[in-house]
Amino acid sequence: MKVDVSKLLRKKKKEIFESWLNNQLVDETLREDLISNEEMREQSNALLDTLLNSISNTNIAEPSSPEFESVNEILQGLSISRARQGFSPRETGAFIYSLKDAIIHVLQLEIPNDPVLLYELMLKISRLFDRFGVVTFETFIQGREEVILRQTSEITEISTPVIRVWDGILALPIIGTLDSSRTQVVMEALLQEIVETSSSIAILDISGVPAVDSLVAQHLIKTVAATRLMGAECIISGIRPEIAQTIVHLGIDLSKIMTKSSLASALKYSFSLLQLEVRKTQKEKTNIIHG
Amino acid sequence: MKIEREQDVVPFRNRVKEFAVKIGMSLVNQTKLITAASELVRNMLKYANGGSVIIEIINQGRDNGIRLIFDDKGPGIKDIPLALKDGFSTGKSLGIGLPGARRLVSEFDIKSVEGKGTVVTIIKWKNG
Ligand SMILES: Nc1ncnc2c1ncn2[C@@H]1O[C@H](COP(=O)(O)OP(=O)(O)OP(=O)(O)O)[C@@H](O)[C@H]1O
Ligand SMILES: [Mg+2]
Repeated sequence: MKVDVSKLLRKKKKEIFESWLNNQLVDETLREDLISNEEMREQSNALLDTLLNSISNTNIAEPSSPEFESVNEILQGLSISRARQGFSPRETGAFIYSLKDAIIHVLQLEIPNDPVLLYELMLKISRLFDRFGVVTFETFIQGREEVILRQTSEITEISTPVIRVWDGILALPIIGTLDSSRTQVVMEALLQEIVETSSSIAILDISGVPAVDSLVAQHLIKTVAATRLMGAECIISGIRPEIAQTIVHLGIDLSKIMTKSSLASALKYSFSLLQLEVRKTQKEKTNIIHG
Repeated sequence: MKIEREQDVVPFRNRVKEFAVKIGMSLVNQTKLITAASELVRNMLKYANGGSVIIEIINQGRDNGIRLIFDDKGPGIKDIPLALKDGFSTGKSLGIGLPGARRLVSEFDIKSVEGKGTVVTIIKWKNG
């Protein structure tokens, strides 16, 4: 017996669609919180239409056939948007795999008396959907990576606060690795604040920087140079002992830069530059006078 | 471990740190090793468009240490002694990456074939 699969599937579209939707609705991983029923209906309908239009008796055995490109495109679009919406890989995969179940179910009903043919078709459908699954997951991961990249850049922005510690003194604690893009953000934020507050001293605290290699050092040196061009003095503080030793062995020359071991000592030094003095109030004396 | 993009640097360094912590390396030596590794990995990205690194724990008598092998298929280095000089750079940089890395570790070996690639092997002993 010879069967025109693509015709058969197209004829049974309605059954496949209903069975598929049903599969999705009863699936415990269904995210009703993330997607509405209508939206799911729409997406499912679009995918099924495209699939049934693309599938033929020859390409059903060739998952990599370019004729499935439009199916892959839809899957990629769905997968990316689901990754961004916060679906899990399992939930995203369930979408495509439940369609496979629906199709196989219909084939079973339609070809009741020819197990050999049924087996052959099921195998082909399986291979085809394996391929669709791979496309789905690949794109899903891509979508997630984009989310991560976006978050990374957000973190870069929020993690560079410029603090006005005193009139004329700014402090900028740097946490994490100072790469090129980060340096740009740090430098811009710092120079901007120097202008706005007309500060004359900036303290870059690197206690939170895990390692100072030549690239980080170069970025620091550039930032210091830029600060000086703005007419402000720049002090680097928070150099831990192990970092100091490493810098020396590496051969980086920081001798032209004012460095301090802690933010406190950098602040103290800044006060002396501004000719400010911090003193303990002499409470006892006052008490004696008044008492 | 594959190194292909700048984003791979931090995870790689954390991996090296994990290994160093595992064998109980002191904080100073850890920092030296990580910094040297950072230099070499950055060179790999900058001059050879990436490559791969093998991280392993090695033993010699009572001492153990970490060995890192940086392997790239980049353009190679024409004059190795020159590249190892402080201040030499073809990349308008400080030129202290290679010589600095050499000073930070216990053992340093570099092999390079022009047009084929570069392999740098470093060892940092736990107490070295
Ligand atoms: N993996 C590599 N493949 C090809 N050339 C390299 C490689 N590593 C280093 N070099 C060459 O050796 C030179 C010296 O490297 P080194 O790391 O000492 O300095 P740099 O990278 O130029 O500057 P820095 O590391 O101080 O920022 C480089 O300028 C480059 O020409
Ligand atoms: Mg370098």
